[in-house]
Amino acid sequence: MGMTMTQKILAAHAGLEQVSAGQLIEVNLDLVLGNDITAPVAIKEMEKLNSKKVFDKDKIALVPDHFTPNKDIKSAQNCKCMRDFAMEHDITNYFEIGEMGIEHALLPEKGLVVAGDLVIGADSHTCTYGALGAFSTGVGSTDMAAGMATGQAWFKVPSAIRFILTGRPSKWVSGKDIILHIIGMIGVDGARYKSMEFVGDGIEYLGMDDRFTIANMAIEAGAKNGIFPVDEKTISYMDEHSTKPYTIYKADEDAVYDSIYEIDLSAIKPTVAFPHLPENTYTVDNIEDIKIDQVVIGSCTNGRLDDLRIAAKVLEGRKVAKGIRVIIFPATQKIYLQALEEGLLSTFIKAGAVVSTPTCGPCLGGHMGVLAEGERAVSTTNRNFVGRMGHIESEIYLASPAVAAASAVTGRISSPEELGL
Amino acid sequence: MKAKGLVHRYGDNVDTDVIIPARYLNTSNPKELAEKCMIDIDKDFVSRVKPGDIMVAGKNFGCGSSREHAPIAIKAAGISCVIADSFARIFYRNSINIGLPIVECEEASRDIEAGDEVEVDFDSGRIRNLTKKREYQGHAFPEFMQRIIKAEGLINYIKQK
Repeated sequence: MGMTMTQKILAAHAGLEQVSAGQLIEVNLDLVLGNDITAPVAIKEMEKLNSKKVFDKDKIALVPDHFTPNKDIKSAQNCKCMRDFAMEHDITNYFEIGEMGIEHALLPEKGLVVAGDLVIGADSHTCTYGALGAFSTGVGSTDMAAGMATGQAWFKVPSAIRFILTGRPSKWVSGKDIILHIIGMIGVDGARYKSMEFVGDGIEYLGMDDRFTIANMAIEAGAKNGIFPVDEKTISYMDEHSTKPYTIYKADEDAVYDSIYEIDLSAIKPTVAFPHLPENTYTVDNIEDIKIDQVVIGSCTNGRLDDLRIAAKVLEGRKVAKGIRVIIFPATQKIYLQALEEGLLSTFIKAGAVVSTPTCGPCLGGHMGVLAEGERAVSTTNRNFVGRMGHIESEIYLASPAVAAASAVTGRISSPEELGL
Repeated sequence: MKAKGLVHRYGDNVDTDVIIPARYLNTSNPKELAEKCMIDIDKDFVSRVKPGDIMVAGKNFGCGSSREHAPIAIKAAGISCVIADSFARIFYRNSINIGLPIVECEEASRDIEAGDEVEVDFDSGRIRNLTKKREYQGHAFPEFMQRIIKAEGLINYIKQK
């Protein structure tokens, strides 16, 4: 029986010719990732093991990005725990403040993940690297501990849903609108335990940053991973960022899928997910007057250079509406510097936005933009759960950088077209 | 292995942000996490819960972030088992890995109400509702996962291996 793209990567890392959905396998890992929230728990678990050594100091990545720059004393202790561990074990890929970034933007940028890799990360958005044609998935701290010690993890081989993307997206439609549209269609558990495999000639119109955004939010449909085929754009991205050898896997012609959806990208409109689930989607032309208090542009979902360029295009020569707080956080130091050199940061600051150092802070209500009771945010992040960004009576509307930037100007949820763009 | 206790009942898509909000993730101490468990959707849970109690929910329990702090908080709060129609996958493996018993059972998820007294047999997946005098058949774990659960988590399992 034919295998999906995901199944082929899993089989190769399990040393098997063939795997099938539901099979329990043990795989060898190419990279194990953790952050300042999940790694301290993993480090404590690893200490309980008799083996105190890591399996490969070059195949572990530790990124202090969630509550950094340290938001309080307890967070500082957590970061110190991870830093001490990294020093003790001579971890090659530990990224301190100043060279770090939000982990899922940072790892591809540093060339640590390439096509065909198998990556686990103690962070649910580890599925982002599927954009590169890798299998990557989020796990918990105990899996991370076991992974760091043994270089292995257990998996149940997933079945898959195939999404055939056709057509060219229209002007203000980006990867964010596409994935919100899909989650709205299949629901927050629509791909639970499964792979989301994206194929079709529409993919050629999606830049790598759009693909990262789409793969990133596969978890928001409950998926184990989201994955894209490798094309010229993927190869040129890898050539630019990495020296690691890569392997291109393709799904077999006779691979079996649980279901197949055909999605015409040209028909997708800018899409917004209303509180309190990413599946509560509406197209922006069907939204009534929703006044907002805050706009957040950034995160592992939408903090890359293309995202900032779009936001700058909308904010160029305009002013943030009076009383609206706009927080923009480039996802890595490199993106920050590129945005600075291109003049994007100057556009943001002149418009009345603040520009933050890379951090996950506002996305999960940690710091740098926590909401008060009754407040509303339009955010380019990935979750709008109850209390996610602050008070349990606050609200998050998930949107693309274009919609978020336009909303910053009008003070209510808006499309860039409302600004005559 | 069995669990028996009174039921705390929740709906669909209970996410890890409400099980343990991120603002409390600056610690990994189970006792501190347990004190904030479910606070954003059920602020009295912590004062109500008794050791051995059982949590019952709808579909996609534990969706969202990978924070292992979520099953740790539930376990440390005294919950002996979570029954749901379905679990989000990272929460599912985290629970097995830290030794929090969970059972998938659509019928039990539909029928069991808050305050019911319920008994769960993890080996067979059999669930008995002692209050309503009904029985439900949940999914038993594959043998590999049962070995991890019996070892009380992945780390112990690896040590024994």
